Amino acid sequence: MKLGLLLKNAFRDSRRDRSKLVLFMSSIVLGVAALVAINSFNYNLVNDIDNQAKSLLGADLVFESNKPFQEDWIKVMDSIPAEKASEVALLSMAYLPQQSQSQFVRIKALGGGFPFYGKLLTEPENVDFQKEKTALVDDGMMLQYSAEIGDSIKLGQETFVIGGRLKNAFGSVDLGSGFAPTVYIGRESLAATELIQPGSLVDYSIFLKTADDFNPDEWRDSKRDDFRDNGMRIQTVEGQKENLQQAFSSLNNFLNLIALVSLLLACIGVASSVLIYVKNKVKSIAIFRCLGMNGNEAFLIYFIQIFVLSLVSVLIGAAIGSGIQMLLPIVFDSFLPYEVDMNMSWRAIGEGILVGSVITLLFALVPLIRIRNISPLRTLRSSYEEEQGKFDRLEWGIYALIILSIFGFLWSLTGNIKDAGMFTGGLLVAFGILFGVAKLITFIVRKFFPRNWNFIFRQGLSNLYRPNNQTRTLIVSIGLGTAILTTLFIIQGLILGNVGAMGAGNQANTILFGIETKQKDELAEITRNYDMPLMQETPIITMDLYGWKGKTKQEWLADTTRTARRWAINREARVSYADSISKNDKIIAGEYTSRVEPGDSVFVSLGESWARSLDVDLGDEIVWNVQGALIKTYVGSLREINFRSMDTRFFILFPLGVLEEAPQFHVLVTKTPDAETTAAYRNEVVQKFPNVSIIDLGSILVTLNDILSKLSYAIQFMAGFSILIGLIVLISSLFLSKYQRINESVLMRTLGAVKKQILRINMVEYGLLGALSSLTGIFIALLSSFLLVKFVFELEFAISWLPILVIFILVTLITILIGLANSREVVNKPPLEILRNNG
Amino acid sequence: MILEVNDVSKVYKSVNRSLTVLDEVNFVVEKGETVAIVGASGSGKTTLLGLCAGLDVSSFGNINLAGHNLNNKTENEKASIRNKHIGFIFQNFQLLPTLTALENVMLPLELQDRAKEAGPKAKELLERVGLGDRMDHYPNQLSGGEQQRVSLARAFSNTPEILFADEPTGNLDDETSVVVEKLLFDLNKEHNTTLVIVTHDMELAQKTSRIIRLKGGKIISDEKVNA
Repeated sequence: MKLGLLLKNAFRDSRRDRSKLVLFMSSIVLGVAALVAINSFNYNLVNDIDNQAKSLLGADLVFESNKPFQEDWIKVMDSIPAEKASEVALLSMAYLPQQSQSQFVRIKALGGGFPFYGKLLTEPENVDFQKEKTALVDDGMMLQYSAEIGDSIKLGQETFVIGGRLKNAFGSVDLGSGFAPTVYIGRESLAATELIQPGSLVDYSIFLKTADDFNPDEWRDSKRDDFRDNGMRIQTVEGQKENLQQAFSSLNNFLNLIALVSLLLACIGVASSVLIYVKNKVKSIAIFRCLGMNGNEAFLIYFIQIFVLSLVSVLIGAAIGSGIQMLLPIVFDSFLPYEVDMNMSWRAIGEGILVGSVITLLFALVPLIRIRNISPLRTLRSSYEEEQGKFDRLEWGIYALIILSIFGFLWSLTGNIKDAGMFTGGLLVAFGILFGVAKLITFIVRKFFPRNWNFIFRQGLSNLYRPNNQTRTLIVSIGLGTAILTTLFIIQGLILGNVGAMGAGNQANTILFGIETKQKDELAEITRNYDMPLMQETPIITMDLYGWKGKTKQEWLADTTRTARRWAINREARVSYADSISKNDKIIAGEYTSRVEPGDSVFVSLGESWARSLDVDLGDEIVWNVQGALIKTYVGSLREINFRSMDTRFFILFPLGVLEEAPQFHVLVTKTPDAETTAAYRNEVVQKFPNVSIIDLGSILVTLNDILSKLSYAIQFMAGFSILIGLIVLISSLFLSKYQRINESVLMRTLGAVKKQILRINMVEYGLLGALSSLTGIFIALLSSFLLVKFVFELEFAISWLPILVIFILVTLITILIGLANSREVVNKPPLEILRNNG
Repeated sequence: MILEVNDVSKVYKSVNRSLTVLDEVNFVVEKGETVAIVGASGSGKTTLLGLCAGLDVSSFGNINLAGHNLNNKTENEKASIRNKHIGFIFQNFQLLPTLTALENVMLPLELQDRAKEAGPKAKELLERVGLGDRMDHYPNQLSGGEQQRVSLARAFSNTPEILFADEPTGNLDDETSVVVEKLLFDLNKEHNTTLVIVTHDMELAQKTSRIIRLKGGKIISDEKVNA
């Protein structure tokens, strides 16, 4: 048959039924809109990173280290023709004398004209904080404590005048700014604070603005390994771009996954709508076949209809998606280090249209290709049914294509074949469970049908398995939607719950660090005066790895066959010593040595993951450089470290009798009973020992809650698409099912059934479907979140059942309400009118 | 000879048993003949019609239609044979609900890629059956008798060699039946078409030239009717 005739017939056939596919279209529209919005946002973000990376880094080359740069390396840097600036950053306590408040802050001591590109946003503008005894303080912190410009801030032993407010956290995606706000001071003023001591956590940076003819990336590539082997990092604008793109690609991948799941959900709607559409068209198809149209031509007539509608829907979706992307910067505002300019992203639109069309059509093809097998015999016998369960190679081919295209999309999204495989597998399992449950339900209801129950209940129950039932479609679509939502709720709740539990009961909630040996006893006394327990008093010694297994660190670094990981080699070790391991740790190999006598071999205990990264095992030799002195040790035991406790923990633990005389500082762990005591205790400690830093779990929790609530807002915004699509799929499934049921409902009305009876029958059917679907969805959510929590987040799995119960009730109620709304037409109009309209 | 049915049987198999609906049926229909296949409900009439028209596949035996052995034809080949050689009239009219009366009648010719002549021919036929003023109506806007007249026009639109009618007046009242029957036989005569009618209406059967009686899936008589 000619294409023109096919198109004509496709047009003619659809003209009186197009409205039945409006809801099907709307689910595609939303699915594609989500995909396009997220991708457009991402491409704009990447584009802006390209445009703004220079001003985000603030320099052409940045050198970073957690130790002061040595002269040799400074000479190497000085060989580059450039303008230079430097920064020393450290975490410490700050005290606001006028407000009598203390706060844990990040001090940045800056010298030179950094940033060379972009600028610090301050109030008043261009504050010269590098002049003597002036500080630039984070605006949020000043607002929190009602501090004003001109007030004082004490850092360590020195008091500064607050010269201005810092309006932006420069050059970083700083989610932790609420936990440790930034205070800028001049580089020359840092010494007076006396905050830099052995063991302090300090980051040193040198910024260079190079000449135009100098290529920073080339220079970095030639020197990077040398610098890295000596514990330094070099950052360039290009490197910064890559880092930022990587950071945002994780967020974007996650959001894209939600969009993909939304689209898949929409596709379930597509498949079920098309299935019912085709079922309604069986009579017409049989007539076409009878008049001489072959199976493929009949298929094409309906394929053209669905293709055109899909294309229109996908295009509308892409247009709406491009509009929604304008909203995303508002949603993600708190994560972004800069303002994102939103422009039309043709690439995102193209990709959205392509992915949307391919997936939609593949899902629609499943019911469509069955048209080929509709027999013309149906014109003679309306009850004639095609042979069920016949193996159709093409149908299975389409299933395979669907799985492959989802896998392909996920692969291109994550760039990781394993992740793509696991997610595709997970989806298949979820589908499998939902289909399985639907089949099981129809089987059980049919097999154990309660024949003695009352008519209404029997009728509602039998609707679950009778011909044209909606059990499978609704359980899959509602179930999948419920599963996605419930998983989001469970994971969010679990992360918050696990963090909250850290401060519960007898767990420690406050850590003091940077304590000098001479301050230790007095600090313990102050702590006891507040009736607070000394839960841990731990010494810390910093040391470097000198060599292991018979070779020095430099020899290993030059060895191309080495298996040890670079991070484990270069890490400055923070080591403690004790006569026993922490109660939270567990020995998994060897034995812990409590004490060694002079002249004995020293057996140390290593964290299992660190030992694995260094590729050492029990009995292997490790030599340490403890501030100039070499100490030879052997691996005596391996420990599994519990990272969920607030206690201090160490990858490397020495026995007593080795490090007692080495330069060291101390950590004190305690538990404060309430916020007031914490504040009073903190103020007293800061005033007496300005060098000591205090971290309390309360402030971490506030920050974490803040981050999580921002994150969950973003996630919920995206999950909103899933919910909306789920609802539309639900409405469209039920709306289309109305046409399946209309004749029997009308017949029942003709036979004398009253409105109430028909509504009750529908209520039973949809109530059961809603309840069973949401229960199955919740089961899948429990399973997936258990696996995610155990193997990805590595947290304790404990469930709060109340939100789950709410989800269950809501989903069931919505299903019933939509089901009943659909029945209104049947019950409110005379039977004859409905029969004529659907005849 | 336009139709030859040789030892045709149709057996439906289920898990436990098999049901023979047609049992070794044999007959030949010559060009221009009008034949009625009669019998009680369940005698196998409609099954036989489905097999003769290539809508179904026989379990045993051969059917030759317009020079084509239906047994070795694929579904698509049979569709093409139906389109070129066969016309249909059904008890339930079987009009496409989304097509107007005119479009329904045009369809068989359009399927043969004869779109240009489809319009004039369909209009002519609709005028002939008395529906010249209802061409743009949809099936649900027409009465039963009108729908069956559209169906008649459609059946003759592709100038078929053989016309199969399944209880063509089964859904109509007496008065309308008379009109439709008359139109059926008149059109048949005008187009010199072979006519095979399946019916249990003996009055209608008597208007054909030959009556084949079926009982329990077997032919129990095959007689000429005296005009």
